[in-house]
Amino acid sequence: MMQGTENMGSMTSVAIEAETVETDSRETGESRVLQLQDQDEVRDYVTIGAPFVDNAKMAARNVNVHYGEKHAIMDVSLDIGKNEVIAMIGPSGCGKSTFLRTLNRMNDIIAGCRVDGEITLDGEDVYGRQQDTVMLRARVGMVFQKPNPFPKSIYENVAYGPRIHGLAHNKAELDEIVESSLRRASLFDEVKDNLDKPGTGLSGGQQQRLCIARAIAVSPEVILMDEPCSALDPIATARIEELIDELKEKYTIAIVTHSMQQAARVSQRTAYFHLGKLIEVGGTKDIFTRPRHQLTENYITGRFG
Amino acid sequence: MQTSTVLLVLVALCIASFFFARRKSHAVAHGSGGLTTLHSLPKHYGYMALAWAGLPALAALALWSALEPRMLEAEVVSSLPAEVRALPEQQFGLYYNQILGYASGGMNAAELDEVQLAAADRYSALAARFSWLRSALVFAVALAGAVLAIRRVQPALRARNHVESIIRWILFSCSFLAVLTTLGIVLSVLFEAVRFFQVIPLTDFLFGLEWSPQMAIRSDQVGASGSFGFVPLLVGTLLISAVAMLIAVPVGLMSAIYLSEYASRRFRTLTKPVLEILAGVPTVVYGFFAALTVAPLVRTLGESVGLTVASESALAAGVVMGIMIIPFVMSLSDDIINAVPDTMREASLGMGATMSETIRKVLLPAALPGIVGGILLAVSRAIGETMIVVMAAGLSAKLTANPLEAVTTITVQIVTLLVGDQEFDSPKTLAAFALGLVLFFVTLLLNVVALYVVRRYREQYE
Amino acid sequence: MSNYDNTTLIAASLKKRYARERRFQWYGRFAVFIGFVFLIVLLADIVSKGMPAFTQHFIKVDVTLDADRLGLPENPTQQDYFGADFGGVVKASLREMFPEVSGRGDKKQLYRLISVGAEYDLRDHLMANPELVGTTQSIWLRAHSEAGSYLKGQVSRALPEADRKVKDIQMDWLDQLRRDGRTQSRFNTVFFTAGDSREPELAGIRAALQGSFFTLMVTFLLAFPVGVMAAVYLEEFAPRNRLTDLIEININNLAAVPSIVFGLLGLAVFINFFELPRSAPLVGGMVLSLMTLPTIIITSRASIQAVSPSIREAALGVGASQLQTVLHHVLPVAMPGILTGSIIGMAQALGESAPLLMIGMVAFIMDAPSGVTDPSTVLPVQIFLWADSPERGFTEKTSAAIIVLMGFLILMNALAVFLRRRFEMK
Repeated sequence: MMQGTENMGSMTSVAIEAETVETDSRETGESRVLQLQDQDEVRDYVTIGAPFVDNAKMAARNVNVHYGEKHAIMDVSLDIGKNEVIAMIGPSGCGKSTFLRTLNRMNDIIAGCRVDGEITLDGEDVYGRQQDTVMLRARVGMVFQKPNPFPKSIYENVAYGPRIHGLAHNKAELDEIVESSLRRASLFDEVKDNLDKPGTGLSGGQQQRLCIARAIAVSPEVILMDEPCSALDPIATARIEELIDELKEKYTIAIVTHSMQQAARVSQRTAYFHLGKLIEVGGTKDIFTRPRHQLTENYITGRFG
Repeated sequence: MQTSTVLLVLVALCIASFFFARRKSHAVAHGSGGLTTLHSLPKHYGYMALAWAGLPALAALALWSALEPRMLEAEVVSSLPAEVRALPEQQFGLYYNQILGYASGGMNAAELDEVQLAAADRYSALAARFSWLRSALVFAVALAGAVLAIRRVQPALRARNHVESIIRWILFSCSFLAVLTTLGIVLSVLFEAVRFFQVIPLTDFLFGLEWSPQMAIRSDQVGASGSFGFVPLLVGTLLISAVAMLIAVPVGLMSAIYLSEYASRRFRTLTKPVLEILAGVPTVVYGFFAALTVAPLVRTLGESVGLTVASESALAAGVVMGIMIIPFVMSLSDDIINAVPDTMREASLGMGATMSETIRKVLLPAALPGIVGGILLAVSRAIGETMIVVMAAGLSAKLTANPLEAVTTITVQIVTLLVGDQEFDSPKTLAAFALGLVLFFVTLLLNVVALYVVRRYREQYE
Repeated sequence: MSNYDNTTLIAASLKKRYARERRFQWYGRFAVFIGFVFLIVLLADIVSKGMPAFTQHFIKVDVTLDADRLGLPENPTQQDYFGADFGGVVKASLREMFPEVSGRGDKKQLYRLISVGAEYDLRDHLMANPELVGTTQSIWLRAHSEAGSYLKGQVSRALPEADRKVKDIQMDWLDQLRRDGRTQSRFNTVFFTAGDSREPELAGIRAALQGSFFTLMVTFLLAFPVGVMAAVYLEEFAPRNRLTDLIEININNLAAVPSIVFGLLGLAVFINFFELPRSAPLVGGMVLSLMTLPTIIITSRASIQAVSPSIREAALGVGASQLQTVLHHVLPVAMPGILTGSIIGMAQALGESAPLLMIGMVAFIMDAPSGVTDPSTVLPVQIFLWADSPERGFTEKTSAAIIVLMGFLILMNALAVFLRRRFEMK
């Protein structure tokens, strides 16, 4: 336990360094893993730890994802609890982003992508015939790797969702939604005098907070974050992490991250993915201090990225 | 000597100097201890001599050929009696052309007076002498160049570098031709247009509301003096272009959107090349289609609902021009919509927007500057398009905004004014160049603005 | 505002939004469909108008080749044949076939069944077979274009007589000839072997094709080397400076200058200043080469750019000069791409007509040009000229000429696609 915290603390300061090391060691790391694992074990693998929780907001059961010939996600079962922050970690290409995108069917727009298994939101089948992607995505919002504000004003960026969904009945209501969303994304004070300036003119960290404000403007129940800080500097990253901490009061958050330190700082539960498999799930502290699987341990001790 | 003969002899001279120089380089090398003492390969010395013989001689030939008619004219004119030389410019031009016509055997002696006959004889004699002079000059220059180059062959001469720098210059001149072409266009059009504006005031041209270029060819001829008001032509051009845009922009843009955002890959790869056939159809074919199929059809349709439609209606020409421009708008829009990053699509779809909401509220606004640039390029195309309107639009300039009437365009008038036998100096002919000037600058302006807008748009997403 | 509100609000709007989505998709499908319709109508219109022009009707006439009537002496010379009255003989033969015809008007109509060119065909036939003089022969003579169009079934009797060129009486004769087996449809060879003519049935595209060939040859010989050299300079040698920028801006702008402006340039500079001959493929080729240069330069640059820099480095590394590197290594690799671009540029030039009108290539040309300075016309301009003629026979010829032109264009584009495919496979 002591060892774990110490480890994390020292890693925070070298967050950026860790990123680069990660990419450099990717190839060699993966070849080593292939030697480590037993092929049969991977095929019939059952996730270690506690993938299921009592008050699940979303639940995935035996999810498989194929991209054409490629089997990207293999038999993953995982619960996302209400008002918790769950982090998904793992080396590049492990399928953690793919899994995240199946949760609000963003994979639908990729040609040749097939999802099997069951995913539910409040017990409703996400891939069911009755399910509507528009409604689903309004309830399960998403924040992307690179800040992607629309080339419109800050106001219009945040107002976009409420407008298309018809959530505001008049200008005053819309103003209110925009302001409260910006406040919740702790961006309001920085931009309140410049709401008509283009969103693309903000700094990277501000842009990402604007995207978060845009996502929460439609009051989603779940927010999916796909490596939201990978394009940001450490200070901006810290702001976003604080923000995630505040947001979990109201929303359920699933965050994919490349950075173990970030996972350790923001999440209550952590899921470790490896080559399309969900290897281990548990309380974040447990995962980082007492990993039960060899692969998890290798990853968190930095043997491969 | 004919030009082709001169060229053949010149080629022979060049080849000879190549071999001379190469042999000399061998000899020089032999004298100083083998081929390795040479800076360059023997053939490079040969190429150098070839270039020295050929290039200046070719330049001399070109220069002489350009100047010869003028020198001849000056010589012949100076021998004409003073009263002939005092003739008004246009009459004198006719007089001189008769001399030329007789000298080249295209006219009978009976049609000319004695002074002219004498002048024609003088012309023929001079032309023969000039021809010999030209050959002598070209060959002398070639020989001088070759001798100079061959004399310079020394082991230390950096022949290869020399040849390469000559080739670099040739390559440069080839690309500089683009600048010369533009310059040529501007100067030739401007020069004639200025002469036109000496006769017709610029303000009459730019603001005149009437266009009827039936001007008397000679000042003593009886006939209505024409009016050269440019406004009806501009309105006609814009009317037809507007109709074309009304067809091309929605169809082209919506096709591009459908093919890039909705259609399956297979459908797209099958459909796009087929629709692009429309871009490869020659404009004369569209003109034929417009004049013989679409115009009567438009007329019948119009009359069946009780409208009066001219047989050469602006509508028919515009519709066909629009069809021609569809693939142009389509591929430009396609490029531009694809330049919008996928993250924009994801952001919008990720919030639960439908595809059409994403396209209308995110992609199109983001792509708008690029699309506007593309449309400007298309407009410039429509304005400059010639054959369709020549074949399917009217000839009389009518100031109207009704697409069912016949209007005429800038390009139609350029063609009508210049096709057929025209006295080159008449205001009528010069007017064509004034129109050409306007056409060139309008399209140039549209292109420059459009390219700038499109480039700025691209940079925004790079 | 709670989530519950939002979901109900969204659910309420969904139906409308999906309807809008479907509508939008239908607009897209409709636009693509419209494009297809335009293309199909255009092609179908031209093919259906043009196909009949590839056949031509002949009428079998019993011609009495009497030497006296022809005015041929014994052992006639070529001169004698050219002076002989073949026209009169043809007319007489027609009168004999329809002895009931009387009156000048009717006779004139009768003569109009046969092409005015038939007498020359007859003359050539007799010159080749002089032993036929004095005999009566059944000879297939070319039908007049209007009679031909009736035989092809293009003219309906239902039309008021005043509105058609083929009169009722002519129709009766033609019907009778058809019943007697005296009419025949043949492949129209004249269309490919003759030059322009005032008579549709005698007009062909040979002269125009040859003019197009010469013009395109000049265009290619000028534009290809100059374009490639300019592209090589800009890609491999040009320093980054203002002059290079100026050149590039000029090339980009020239690519968008209306073609007719190039025609004005040709008229003012080549014809009026350099006093080159009017209507000549030489000048036409020069104008078109200036017009296609930007296309060739731009595509050549793209394919030179696509050559991997490692090839250049390898060559430079073994001590080749920059020029040798380009000549020996870069250009051969880039050549298929350069050729593809050039073929597309040539196809553009082949279909172009507006600038050629400016330099006088709109003349009525009966004989095929034999060189680049002979007056000539090109296929697209021939199409333009014929399209202006009111006779039905010319409409048909125009469409047929378009089919031929489009055939060449498709061939060239197919060649370009083929080259590109091979290039991509490497």
